[in-house]
Amino acid sequence: MKNVRWLGLGLSILVPTVAMASTLETVQNRDSVRCGVNAAQPGFSSLDDDDQYRGLDTDVCRAIAAAALGDATKVDFVPLDSVERFTALQSGEVDVLSRTTTWTSSRDTTLGMHFTGVSYYDGQAFMVASDLGVQSAKELDGAAVCTQSGTTSELNLSDYFRVNGMTYDPVVFDAPEQSIAGFEAGRCDVLSSDASQLYAQRMQLSDPDMAVVLPEIISKEPLGPAVRQGDDQWFNIVKWSLFAMLNAEELGVSQENVDEQRESEDPDVMRLLGKDGNFGEAMGIEADWAYQIVKQVGNYADMYDRNVGAGSEFNIARGLNGLWNDGGIQYAPPIR
Amino acid sequence: MIHNQTIIEQRPAPSSSVGPVAWLRGNLFNGPINTIFTLIGLYILYLLVVPTVQWAFINANWVGTTRDDCSREGACWVFVNARFTQFIYGLYPRTEIWRANIVFAGFFTLIAWLAIPRLPFKRWVAVFALVGFPVVAYVLLHGGYFDLPRVPTHRWGGLMLTLLLATVGMVGALPIGIVLALGRRSNMPIVKSFCVVFIEFWRGVPLITVLFMASVMLPLFLPSGISVDRLVRALIGLTLFQSAYMAEVIRGGLQAIPKGQEEAAAALGMTYWKRMGLIVLPQALKMMIPGIVNTFISLFKDTTLVMIIGLFDLLGIVQAALSDSRWLGFSLEGYVFAAFMFWIFCFSMSRYSQYLERKLHTGHKR
Repeated sequence: MKNVRWLGLGLSILVPTVAMASTLETVQNRDSVRCGVNAAQPGFSSLDDDDQYRGLDTDVCRAIAAAALGDATKVDFVPLDSVERFTALQSGEVDVLSRTTTWTSSRDTTLGMHFTGVSYYDGQAFMVASDLGVQSAKELDGAAVCTQSGTTSELNLSDYFRVNGMTYDPVVFDAPEQSIAGFEAGRCDVLSSDASQLYAQRMQLSDPDMAVVLPEIISKEPLGPAVRQGDDQWFNIVKWSLFAMLNAEELGVSQENVDEQRESEDPDVMRLLGKDGNFGEAMGIEADWAYQIVKQVGNYADMYDRNVGAGSEFNIARGLNGLWNDGGIQYAPPIR
Repeated sequence: MIHNQTIIEQRPAPSSSVGPVAWLRGNLFNGPINTIFTLIGLYILYLLVVPTVQWAFINANWVGTTRDDCSREGACWVFVNARFTQFIYGLYPRTEIWRANIVFAGFFTLIAWLAIPRLPFKRWVAVFALVGFPVVAYVLLHGGYFDLPRVPTHRWGGLMLTLLLATVGMVGALPIGIVLALGRRSNMPIVKSFCVVFIEFWRGVPLITVLFMASVMLPLFLPSGISVDRLVRALIGLTLFQSAYMAEVIRGGLQAIPKGQEEAAAALGMTYWKRMGLIVLPQALKMMIPGIVNTFISLFKDTTLVMIIGLFDLLGIVQAALSDSRWLGFSLEGYVFAAFMFWIFCFSMSRYSQYLERKLHTGHKR
């Protein structure tokens, strides 16, 4: 009994001190945002020659730091494995998870986390050798298809071919490097994986122009940042950091012209950049939070082009990730 | 004098029985079947070696800074070159690398000092290496004292991290292993059963499970907000895991020592620790050198598993570099470099152990 009482006393000392601090306070006291990222996902999060993380996911982290702390460089990137990423978020090791994580109902409801939005609409696609002259995935009847084992892509693939009344010959590999090597060696006519990964694999071919990615997307893989449940203030900050980038693009405010736009008389721009109203205060952060994001990281288009779009090695078309008024489905609620 | 003229002068053996030609004839071309096999073997060797040398050296690109400097006809060592600092130090801040360099220099100096027999003060150097140096290395690498900026452990990586994990694992596992091996042979039931349970538990689970437990489960048991550094978690897991293996290797050595040795020591009135420390262990450890080094080498290679808990060891940082969009498609070069680095260290350990065996050879070998 005595021991139990001591244990209880010990816990009561430890627990409340920990439970009280909100995530924002923790982040501000630490003066950095801990962001869980992928260690090796080309275009989304990878290390460059100068030890800096580059990619769409890591830029989302920088945007959050710009909003919460006013400085996009104050991010501690924590590389996480796909298994431990959720534990790391739950246990408080990271403040936000931005690690090519697909938003699904089971993850949203059972893992104690909330997805804050969609930073990239991904989906499974097909890559074929360009000299085959195939224009559409509907022409792939009887093809040999390379995939990775143990992923949902295997399942999606068999569903797609069955629904369309086609047959295929699966060639299964363990890792992305192996499947692209198999594709290059002619083991299969088609390589199937998430579109973002296919573009990265295409770059590993000795001649990237020998393969094309077909336009069909056969699964929904919305990727986005996630936070722990139970801290609505932090949830809002992360959510609106991404929305601010989308709104900035929609209003024509970019990293390049943000300082000129700050003098703009457009009420929407004034509200976005903190000239009118105080939307930062409601979240517990500075009024110019969105200005800092656009100034230091850029709007959504800047971020997309730099990492995966026209300004990068991958040159992925905007497609679904275009703004809603530009043929895509990226749509952010207004700031007002 | 007549004798001298009739005796034939001493002459070298005919070239058909000594020298390289005779060796070739005796070993490679003695008979039609062996000749055919030799020729086939040479042809296979030719097929393997020529393209490898062409890829790795003749067609390779050595200088430059970007992927455009590589022709793709041979190896692109530009990639390894551009990433070299990262491969050695991980994400350690570039301005603070001198601290890591001091630790590297101290580490290799101490190892050399202890390994080269002629150098004096072995005992004091060993004490410093085990007690003083870890403190110095920690203060330098981690910082936070004497105005050195703090470098959190998640920025440590590359070869530095691999050596750190392997060294701490080895230095920790050997004494724990010795104690466990002695405990398992003990007559005291509690000590014995504790050691048996410990050894069998840690040997019964794969290392990857231990690391996963340390990185995934442990944080869930701890109250939120309190986290043990993941490098520390990995180090503890690795050390305990290897100490169980080490214990069994040493127990094998202990069993090879005849019981008479210990009984004779007991008859002289020696205490348990004297019997073990002066009579049994010196003989057993000497015989166990191949087994111990075997465990060390496998530990050195096992450190690559920390990659799955998000630590960038040498292999992990190479793999991370392979996914940089500016360097996609150079995985072969990266892996060859990692393999070469691992080979250097494992081979050195192996050579040193053979040297030790020769040095400590007292006629026990057959």
